[in-house]
Amino acid sequence: MEDLVAEKHVKYILSVEKKKDDFESLVLEHLRMNGAYWGLTTLDLLHKLGAVDPDEVISWMMECYHQDCRGFGGNIGHDPHLLYTLSAVQVLALFDRLDVLDIEKVSDYVAGLQNGDGSFSGDIWGETDTRFSYCAICCLSILHRLDKIDVEKAVNYIVSCKNLDGGFGSIPGGESHAGQIFCCVGALAITGSLHHVDRDLLGWWLCERQCKDGGLNGRPEKLTDVCYSWWVLSSLIMIDRVHWIDKDKLTRFILNCQDRENGGISDRPDNAVDVFHTYFGVAGLSLMEYPGLKSLDPAYALPVDVVNRIFFGKQRAPSLLAS
Amino acid sequence: MHGRPRIALKPEDAATSAAKAAKLRDLQAQLLLHHHHRIYTSEALAVSSKLLEMNPEIYTAWNYRKLALQHNLNEVTDPEIVKSTVEDELRVVEMALRRNPKSYGAWYHRKWVLSRGLAPVDFEREFRLLDQLLKADARNFHGWTYRRFVAKLKNVSEEEEIKFTMDMINTNFSNYSAWHNRSVLLSQLLKQKAQGFDSKDGILTEEYEFVHQALFTDPSDQSGWFYHLWLLDQTASPDELFLISSWPVPGSDLVLSTNEKMDGYKLFPTSNFSLCYFFHKQTFPIILYFNQAVKGVSSSTVTINSMFGANENLIWKPLSTTTSREAHCWVTYLNIPDVNSSSLQACSVEISLGHSEGIVSSNGSCYKYPLQFKYTIKLNNNNLEQFDGESIQELFVWNYEDVCCPAEIPYINSFDQLKISEDSVAKGLKDKKWCLETLSNEINLFKELSEENCKFVNLTLARLLVAHDAMMSHGALLVRKSTHSEEVLKLYEELIKLDPTHKRYYEDERSLVLMSQVTLDEEFLMKHTWHFNKLTSSSFHNHACLQLSGLSLSRISFAERLLWVQMLDLSHNNLRSIAGLEALQLLVCLNLSNNQVSSFTALEPLKLLDSLRVLDVSFNEIGAHPIDTTRFLCLSPLSHTLDVKLSVDQYQNGDIKFGDHWEAILLFKDLRLTQLDVRGNAVANERFGILLTEMLPTLNWLNGEHVRL
Ligand SMILES: [Zn+2]
Repeated sequence: MEDLVAEKHVKYILSVEKKKDDFESLVLEHLRMNGAYWGLTTLDLLHKLGAVDPDEVISWMMECYHQDCRGFGGNIGHDPHLLYTLSAVQVLALFDRLDVLDIEKVSDYVAGLQNGDGSFSGDIWGETDTRFSYCAICCLSILHRLDKIDVEKAVNYIVSCKNLDGGFGSIPGGESHAGQIFCCVGALAITGSLHHVDRDLLGWWLCERQCKDGGLNGRPEKLTDVCYSWWVLSSLIMIDRVHWIDKDKLTRFILNCQDRENGGISDRPDNAVDVFHTYFGVAGLSLMEYPGLKSLDPAYALPVDVVNRIFFGKQRAPSLLAS
Repeated sequence: MHGRPRIALKPEDAATSAAKAAKLRDLQAQLLLHHHHRIYTSEALAVSSKLLEMNPEIYTAWNYRKLALQHNLNEVTDPEIVKSTVEDELRVVEMALRRNPKSYGAWYHRKWVLSRGLAPVDFEREFRLLDQLLKADARNFHGWTYRRFVAKLKNVSEEEEIKFTMDMINTNFSNYSAWHNRSVLLSQLLKQKAQGFDSKDGILTEEYEFVHQALFTDPSDQSGWFYHLWLLDQTASPDELFLISSWPVPGSDLVLSTNEKMDGYKLFPTSNFSLCYFFHKQTFPIILYFNQAVKGVSSSTVTINSMFGANENLIWKPLSTTTSREAHCWVTYLNIPDVNSSSLQACSVEISLGHSEGIVSSNGSCYKYPLQFKYTIKLNNNNLEQFDGESIQELFVWNYEDVCCPAEIPYINSFDQLKISEDSVAKGLKDKKWCLETLSNEINLFKELSEENCKFVNLTLARLLVAHDAMMSHGALLVRKSTHSEEVLKLYEELIKLDPTHKRYYEDERSLVLMSQVTLDEEFLMKHTWHFNKLTSSSFHNHACLQLSGLSLSRISFAERLLWVQMLDLSHNNLRSIAGLEALQLLVCLNLSNNQVSSFTALEPLKLLDSLRVLDVSFNEIGAHPIDTTRFLCLSPLSHTLDVKLSVDQYQNGDIKFGDHWEAILLFKDLRLTQLDVRGNAVANERFGILLTEMLPTLNWLNGEHVRL
């Protein structure tokens, strides 16, 4: 079997950070906060988070923070949004630097985006989507502030987006899609509500995403793509059905999508690489217990040691003491 | 980035790209400047539309345009100006969608503009746009979502939209999005019992015919099969709520024998003294098992009349590993009266339910069959020679060399004696006539196709046969001998060969059929039930031990048929999960050795087994997997289902860190094991052994060695 060219991927990620001027980088400039999360989490999974200077990253991140409304934008000058606020919180958790945040204010911003029906808007403009339910719930859980929202309503809204194939859509009636399923299953996992999922039905739908080439697609009769390694695998793990796919075949598919010369992973073999797919490829390998990688938590999308630090670490110890 | 080839740019392309980049950078900089200075002139708006045409994903630009619209229309009353402003927005969106038909920002901007209600919506234009986009990509889920939005805005009837899905499907059967939308619309109409949709049977029959066309045209295409599975589920899943099993078995005639110390008791049927239960406490369990997970079992929905105490004091507990208060199986405990002072000799325990409508399943059906049954319990305080109480000293070994076979097992097939639902079953079957006929038709149809070696045909056939058997046996065993399980097992064998990628799925499905087969077969159960009667000082020797080892089981099912089991040997199977075992409330000894359990969190159901004392999980895979697949299926701080109210320091000594062993700590702190075997797991080392002995003060034996005197 082909190996993971880990060092090349590290080099690639570090180079992307510096390359800002070509058209492809510019197109993605508004979501650089997501890019930072993808790149840095990949580095951490490869045990190379030490290659970046946390202070440099954090000071840039804080320039994306909006003092007035307390959310993070995707880059300096861009508007605040849940998508980037979650990424920012995740990156700070990676560096164990959540202390730089005004946690009350950030969590107020997130909680303030909950609507009357339990759903979440991504920002003040009101687009509603179960992706934002996940962002809000994951973010507040990391900050230990889940009590600021109506969790029961949030869960009921997600359940109302459940489809007859066992999957979930972006709003009630929306078609099941692996990315959307991850968001809904992840939010239900974090809120202890996975009993709302028909695990056999959804598990079968998800495992049928694996196609002849070994890769996974995101919906029936679509092309396979490395990014679904993350969305599908993490969902299958959360519902304890990941053994229903062939891990060896999927591992080979991901490894075949590597740019073995310059590093990085692409959506499909021989396509152009990007940070997004590099993260999802490495994340997928981690979820399949590929040797030498840190393991990733399927719900929080952070390395397991980071999640354990958040929930069982020293700073949490006082509230764990016997009453 | 999707679908871009991995090739270095040619010099001339690189030059074009650089020029494009320069333009984009300039537009982005201008936009942010206008945005921050709130400049909403038409020149500034033109910059943003140029930018969005190049890069529709840049969300801040859409936000800017929304602010601009609000600002520019703030004091405008002229409907023509309003109309042209709205037109401008819709045009920018259309341009953006031409660049990227999957741009979230563009689609939402259109919805946002139309939802303002500023100008009358030109629905023709909206549907025309949708037609164009769905023609270009019939699976664009943004397009479908937008179609539902526009249809709702215009109050288009569901029937009309169903016709649209029909047209889309007829153009191309392989359109999962259209099938999906059809299932959404149909289930809405069926739920509302709308005109023409009040007969579920009629509608579903038509749908079966419709989907058959797709399945026959291309059996390897997934789209229709998922729809067919939904139809099957609509046909076969139970609406009615039944009680399918209970312990004790209705009509049981039991002798309860206790000693003067009152630290436990022995229970056996009047007919058979050699088979008895030992309970190491003064409570008597009553277990109810429903065909669906239910909530609302309480002393007001279930009445227990007995001399054992007032009904309203009884607390019913759902046997569920979640916080949902919903479970198939519920238990309550009666207090045993003090035999020394009581003159009581025999008493009856009468259970009734169905008198009020509080028991509800997750799909909303109510339990509604009035039902009454009783047991007789004779109290006796002379019969108990010597009683070991809790202190089981002897090491129990699962050794079948010195065992004997019981002559009869009165508890086996207790569900069979639960005659309670026979009337309702008969009635139910009559209601299900259409369902059974439909299932038979489908079975015959796919049997004809099964020669073609298509995995979906075989899998569907297996599912149909299982559904048919399940429907025939609802609540009672009407067709024990005529089940299709052999046929289904064969189909799964073939599927494993046909589609090895999903082998483990088929193995799990096969395991359910195996469990069903084994637990239904009285002969098999008799052959696999033992007494360890050579054990001297232990009270185990009277327990009946069911041996289900070496059967290739990968998961548990049909626990309702095993409520009577006190010792269960599941060793040498392929179990990864033990979900379902929580119903076995009488279980004292459990052997899970040589399976594939890969984490302590997978053992969560054990926390609900109050009587469990002996546990063997040796030679599993605990600790061998960095990814824990049941991490979110147990109660824990990670899922906010457990407030850890124990001292972290207590387990944080030396090399042991709470964070490293929280799964084991949260599991074992609630168990009262006297024997535990964890040998042959990656987690088992000396330090871990110390942690276990600290956590389990009741433990006498760890890994076959004496822990303390
Ligand atoms: Zn992709």
